[in-house]
Amino acid sequence: MLAFALRRLLVSVPILILSTFVVFLMVSLSANPLSGLLTRNPPPPPQTIANEAHRLRLDQPLMERYWHWITGIFHGDFGPSVQSNMDIGSEVISRFGVTFRLIFLAMIIALVLAIVVGAVSAVKQYSKLDYTATFFGFLFLSMPAFWLAVLLKQAGISINNNVGSQVFYTIGSGSIYVTGGFWAHVSDVLGHMILPTISLALISYASWSRFQRGSMLEVLNSDYVRLARAKGLSRGVVMRRHALRNALIPLVTVTALDLASIISGAVVTERVFQWQGAGTFLLDAISASDVYAVLAWLLISATFVIVFNLVADLLYGVLDPRIRHA
Amino acid sequence: MTSFDSQASADPVLSVQDLTVQFPSDDGLVQAVRGVTYQLGRGEVLGVVGESGSGKSVTSLAIMGLLPRTARVEGAITFKGQDLLKLSEKELTRVRGSGIAMVFQDPMTSLNPVYPVGDQIAEAITAHHDVRRDVARKQAVELLDLVRIPNPQQRATEYPHQLSGGMRQRVVIAIAIANRPEVIIADEPTTALDVTVQAQVLDALQAAKRETGAAMMLITHDLGVIAGQADRVQVMYAGKVVEAGTVDDIFYTPRMPYTLGLLGSLPRLDMKTDRLTPIAGSPPSVVNMPPGCPFSPRCPMSQDVCDQEEPALEPTTDGLHTAACHFSDQLAGREPTDLFNPTSIDSVDAVAGAAGAAAPSAVTRGENSE
Amino acid sequence: MPEPSTTETTATAQLADSSPREQVEREFTVAERGQFQLVFRRFLQHRLAVASMIVLLLIVLLAYVGAWLWKYSPEDITPDNSQPPSLAHPFGTDAVGKDMLAQVLRGTQISLQISVLVAIFSTVVGTIWGAVAGYYRGWSDTVLMRIADLVLTLPLLAVAAVLGHNAGGSWWLIAVVIAGLYWAYVSRVARGVVLSLREKEFIEAARALGARDGRIIFRHLVPNALGSVIVNATILVSIAILLETALSFLGFGVRPPDTSLGLLVSSAQTALDTRPWLFYFPGLFIILIALTINFIGDGLRDAFDPQQTKVRA
Repeated sequence: MLAFALRRLLVSVPILILSTFVVFLMVSLSANPLSGLLTRNPPPPPQTIANEAHRLRLDQPLMERYWHWITGIFHGDFGPSVQSNMDIGSEVISRFGVTFRLIFLAMIIALVLAIVVGAVSAVKQYSKLDYTATFFGFLFLSMPAFWLAVLLKQAGISINNNVGSQVFYTIGSGSIYVTGGFWAHVSDVLGHMILPTISLALISYASWSRFQRGSMLEVLNSDYVRLARAKGLSRGVVMRRHALRNALIPLVTVTALDLASIISGAVVTERVFQWQGAGTFLLDAISASDVYAVLAWLLISATFVIVFNLVADLLYGVLDPRIRHA
Repeated sequence: MTSFDSQASADPVLSVQDLTVQFPSDDGLVQAVRGVTYQLGRGEVLGVVGESGSGKSVTSLAIMGLLPRTARVEGAITFKGQDLLKLSEKELTRVRGSGIAMVFQDPMTSLNPVYPVGDQIAEAITAHHDVRRDVARKQAVELLDLVRIPNPQQRATEYPHQLSGGMRQRVVIAIAIANRPEVIIADEPTTALDVTVQAQVLDALQAAKRETGAAMMLITHDLGVIAGQADRVQVMYAGKVVEAGTVDDIFYTPRMPYTLGLLGSLPRLDMKTDRLTPIAGSPPSVVNMPPGCPFSPRCPMSQDVCDQEEPALEPTTDGLHTAACHFSDQLAGREPTDLFNPTSIDSVDAVAGAAGAAAPSAVTRGENSE
Repeated sequence: MPEPSTTETTATAQLADSSPREQVEREFTVAERGQFQLVFRRFLQHRLAVASMIVLLLIVLLAYVGAWLWKYSPEDITPDNSQPPSLAHPFGTDAVGKDMLAQVLRGTQISLQISVLVAIFSTVVGTIWGAVAGYYRGWSDTVLMRIADLVLTLPLLAVAAVLGHNAGGSWWLIAVVIAGLYWAYVSRVARGVVLSLREKEFIEAARALGARDGRIIFRHLVPNALGSVIVNATILVSIAILLETALSFLGFGVRPPDTSLGLLVSSAQTALDTRPWLFYFPGLFIILIALTINFIGDGLRDAFDPQQTKVRA
């Protein structure tokens, strides 16, 4: 076991370094940070262009640029942005802060819903409830996140219009002026979160609930659940202590694996609801060919996913003693 | 093994009357158990023998009320004056694990992998008795000691994957006897284990029986195990009991061709020939059964009446030894080689002959049992 | 000699009496022939999957044959602007006067083409990648899978957007971009399947006969992994279509002059309450395609590996 872990670690480090280089290469070559400047009308003087090129390190060879960038990261310098007055580091982190609350809330809602629906579907297999849940699961699985988001936004707007007041906030992550104390602020934030969170949660819920149903069915048909019943334990105790407890374990891994795609979903959702979060940050950066901003985004999101996966691995070990002792 | 001279029906601890179990399936109604009646006497060991598909496991699951919801059960199962088939789920949970306990076949999957074994035994105790957890845990350690697990204090804190197959099965036995049941049902307890480990598990079963005085239903296809452990034996085929009697009756004076065939398939040191006599063919499909004796297609003694009328279970030498065969008296004193060919099972004739008769049934049998 | 119908018995059963060279040939000629028929029959029992297959076929026919027969092409500008659905324009028209049915059908073509291309490419690359990793284990496994894992830590929409931004906007480039990322999903699945298969006896038997690694991988492992691979490839088509439309929605995927269902939805965002037909039809097509493919994938999964609840005798 130790040899295996050691081997994984040893291989991880060079691959990690290599992948930062590959990503750097890919992003740098895919976009020209000067394109914004170059397409301006009337075209700026050559000296301005040269100055900007120098600021954006485009006069350095690729390897040097890479080295400059990667060493800069260790003391918080993520590189120059096309927007000369923006500090990429602090900006991207604060934007991710906004997005994380969307992602976390959506994941929790999706998880709870998926566990409940999946478990009930498995217990009452082939019932009308099961078929309905399955149908909706497949439906949301096949629904594009952006389409759902636009639909919900429109629904929110029309409800607001019919009711006559702003029940649902459809634009932005928070109002600019909020009067009142802490609770008013909280309710404002939550009010802005409802629709985007529902939009993001529904799609994750769909795939997780299918998975949970399968996992639960497998557990319900297992020998140890049968033994638990043979012991004379009540149905409820068997369900909670034996069935659910075991069925939840694989879900931990699945949730961690899906994090990257949830981030993708958040990007789309933020665009639709016009949040000033990491998602729109990325989209703006790509449009502006802001190489270093894009790189910073990719780095932060990858770190986030890796850390989350490590936590999930540890959690798995806590939940399943077979892994602990393997 | 206690000697037995009176019919168990004098004061049976468990009585099964005309039990029928059916499962709806894509191919039709599977008749897993077709009218089985027997009694289990106090403290006796009843061996139930049969191939896969004979209905022996389904019977035990019916007693425990652990059949899938789609199963249709009829008949009566009387335990302590109550018909188990008429009890509600809540009432049944009180019987399970305390009045009647069960040991399952595969020790590798019978225990929950995420809880220590000591806790799983203690759980059985606290389910039926109002004791504190630490008291139950202490009892669990004592039970582990009873089933001959070395270093029980340490083992109780370990997880199932840290124990060998034989040890896990002994844990399952410990769980079964935790509440001093009156009936222990052991469904193929040694089938999944190596022969050397089998002996240990059977030892543990014997210790369990001694300690609790419980009656035991030992379900297996291994005649060797039956010979060593059982008082009475019941042979099942195609969902029915086809012969029942004491161990000596069955082994020395079998009165049903199937039993004879089974004995002939078993290698013995005192065999007169040096080849085994297997029974050609496979058990019939229990969906849409034709009339007559289900063993008829494979039976060397089969006559026309065998295909028309299914024989009832009737007494033979005495009231306690019953057999379901039209010609059971003709079998007195016969050896397996008298009836069956001592051919090897993979010869073309043996397979082709039986395959023609049993081929379609073999496929369905595979899907509906085990 | 009765023909064996299961693959497990073949290798050993046929070793009995044949010359060495024949042995090697025999080992490989045992066909999973019976198996595909069995799978096909099981698939047909899945009514929802079969219905989905029919619907999908109709959509494909409509997208290609229907579009070819339809009187308007996506570029035609008609004098009817912003018309709701009518007999002349079953899906209505947009602000410029272009017929929406033609647009949606063209978008469907493009989205389907991209998704199928992605599925095929990712499946081929990913399966080989994962099979090699799973078969050889040790260092190659660790290296190959760490690379795949790292690809998967990145939100693929983001990476695709970065690459797609400068890829122009032609649909096949977008397909290449997406495929260049999705193989990682497939490799994980393929590796898992190979890991479970390599321990089975028929692999040992093949090795004992002297079959070399390449042969074992291609002639034994891959066919047996085919079930999982096909199911995954199918699901991949639906995931790919969702990613491509999302990319195009954001403006980083397919761009004019080509069109995509995602692009159509994007332009319809603001008009949702006044001209809903611009929004609903493209969206419904995406949902329908993804839904039918998901049902088909589900049916295939059951056909290859039926779950039977066990009833012991």
